[in-house]
Amino acid sequence: MIVSPAQLPVPDRYSTDNKSRSYLMLSLCYLLLGLLLGTLGAFQYLLPDLLKNKISFQQARPLHVYLVISWIFTAAQGGLYYYLPRVAGRELRWKQGITVQLLLQLCTSILIIVSFFDGQFGGREYFEFPPWLGLGIALSWLPLLINFFLTLRPDYKTAPVYIWSWSTGLVFFMITLSESYLWIFDYFNGNIVRDMTVQWKAMGSMVGSWNMLVYGTGMYIMERISGDKGPCRSRTGYFFYFLGLTNLMFNWGHHTYIIPAAPWVRTVSYLISMTELLILGKIIWQWKSTLKEARKNYHHIAYRLLVFADAWIFLNLVLAILISVPALNYYTHGTHITVAHAMGTTIGINTMLLMASVFFILKTENEEGMGSGRKTIHAGILISNAALAVFWGSLVASGILKISSSLNKESFSYTMTKSIPFFKLFTYSGAAITAGLLLLVFKALWLLYPEPEPLPPAD
Amino acid sequence: MIRIYTFSALLISYFVYSLAVYTRGTDETAPGPLPGKPEVTLGKKIYQEKNCSSCHQLYGLGGYLGPELTTAFSDPGRGELYLRVFLQNGGPRMPKFDFTEKEINSIIRYLEYIDHSAITYRKK
Repeated sequence: MIVSPAQLPVPDRYSTDNKSRSYLMLSLCYLLLGLLLGTLGAFQYLLPDLLKNKISFQQARPLHVYLVISWIFTAAQGGLYYYLPRVAGRELRWKQGITVQLLLQLCTSILIIVSFFDGQFGGREYFEFPPWLGLGIALSWLPLLINFFLTLRPDYKTAPVYIWSWSTGLVFFMITLSESYLWIFDYFNGNIVRDMTVQWKAMGSMVGSWNMLVYGTGMYIMERISGDKGPCRSRTGYFFYFLGLTNLMFNWGHHTYIIPAAPWVRTVSYLISMTELLILGKIIWQWKSTLKEARKNYHHIAYRLLVFADAWIFLNLVLAILISVPALNYYTHGTHITVAHAMGTTIGINTMLLMASVFFILKTENEEGMGSGRKTIHAGILISNAALAVFWGSLVASGILKISSSLNKESFSYTMTKSIPFFKLFTYSGAAITAGLLLLVFKALWLLYPEPEPLPPAD
Repeated sequence: MIRIYTFSALLISYFVYSLAVYTRGTDETAPGPLPGKPEVTLGKKIYQEKNCSSCHQLYGLGGYLGPELTTAFSDPGRGELYLRVFLQNGGPRMPKFDFTEKEINSIIRYLEYIDHSAITYRKK
């Protein structure tokens, strides 16, 4: 009888687990630093002179953005390195690849952070570091790409949705990263309409690519917790994967409504963005059964984080659909409503799903340690989500106020003065998000640190 | 197999659509006379190197601490003089960058160029 690798019993430990844990620790350090710099940036809204000569807002903002983006993709990568051998039923094909990637990424990150502190910019929004450092990011992803395809050797005829999702995330990250540097060519850089459109296009799709990595991880964890392999192999599962892929490819345009590109660019974007209504409909349709499942598994920390992520998916989807309507986008664009959407997505959805992945791995690796830290972890989850709700609301309110000011033709400085109560609210709630997430970060770092038992010697 | 065909079809559409956006979708649409290209290019380079986008937006890209600059050049309440004053002296929230006269002129020409292109934005 021929036994496929998937049918073999999955061993508890793989020789690369420790390195995956190091990778997760690196991702948590990115989050820790990113949160602190984000809090500093928020306080600089209220106190413009705060640390102005040490870390100005001009430095704090790109540092915060780079570090939190790094948290998202590094945590997704660390999780993938841990899950890959388990999904494939064999060791990683290129074990040293993790070390190579870890070193490449560390070197690139250090150079980027030093360049920001040194005031050397030259890049673009979200990637403000000097452009040659983008090459370091691209190179650091290669070992994971090699390991993913050589270890898994996916058979896409039968692969579950999360393998499709991970593959898409990895390939599209490389495509969109390359696209985001097209501006170095004069053909793009010399035409403002083309330059801005392509930049929004690349960044919009890049967010979609890491969402694919994160959602793939969420689906895999859900399958492992429930033990039900059906949803990730169902027609509905694949349908929503392809809907997500279509949105990744074509739903970047709602950012470009105000750019004078050809009208069909806006039309395509609008039509594609409205397909998100199907996802919204699915969430509402399944609301009752989701709640029932949530009650059943709420004691499971990873599951609890997945439930919070689901709630944020719902809220952000409503906001995304609203701001994709051209008549509304005309006013909301360039206000804090766009920031609310970005924060809801990166903190509420991505961070909750990735934390679910971290705590799922910890539960597998160190269940005893997890048990002793449950109260801290639950407090961290509740504080960060409650604070995020206030933060999100204050950003939306600040955006509405800016729209009203712009309709009344009020000056920028007057609008800023009127917005101070909302700035206070988002600064303090932002600090509370940091406090809540730091509880999770420190607990996870503490639990990840101890070395697990060594493998027993082979007979 | 249908999944592989669907994926391939979407991927091909993505590349074709991207090419269309890079070419016909984003042809230059700025009307009227444009400022000299070398000055605009230098202004854009300085704008990036000083990371002005951390506080200012152009076509919605950038931070919120400072005012949006897409139509600052033609804005009746702002205009060239307003831009020059801030570029020379900084402001309560804006650092003083010690730009040379040539750099200030280049940044202003760059903002003028952006302003020329902002046909859809101006309606706002």
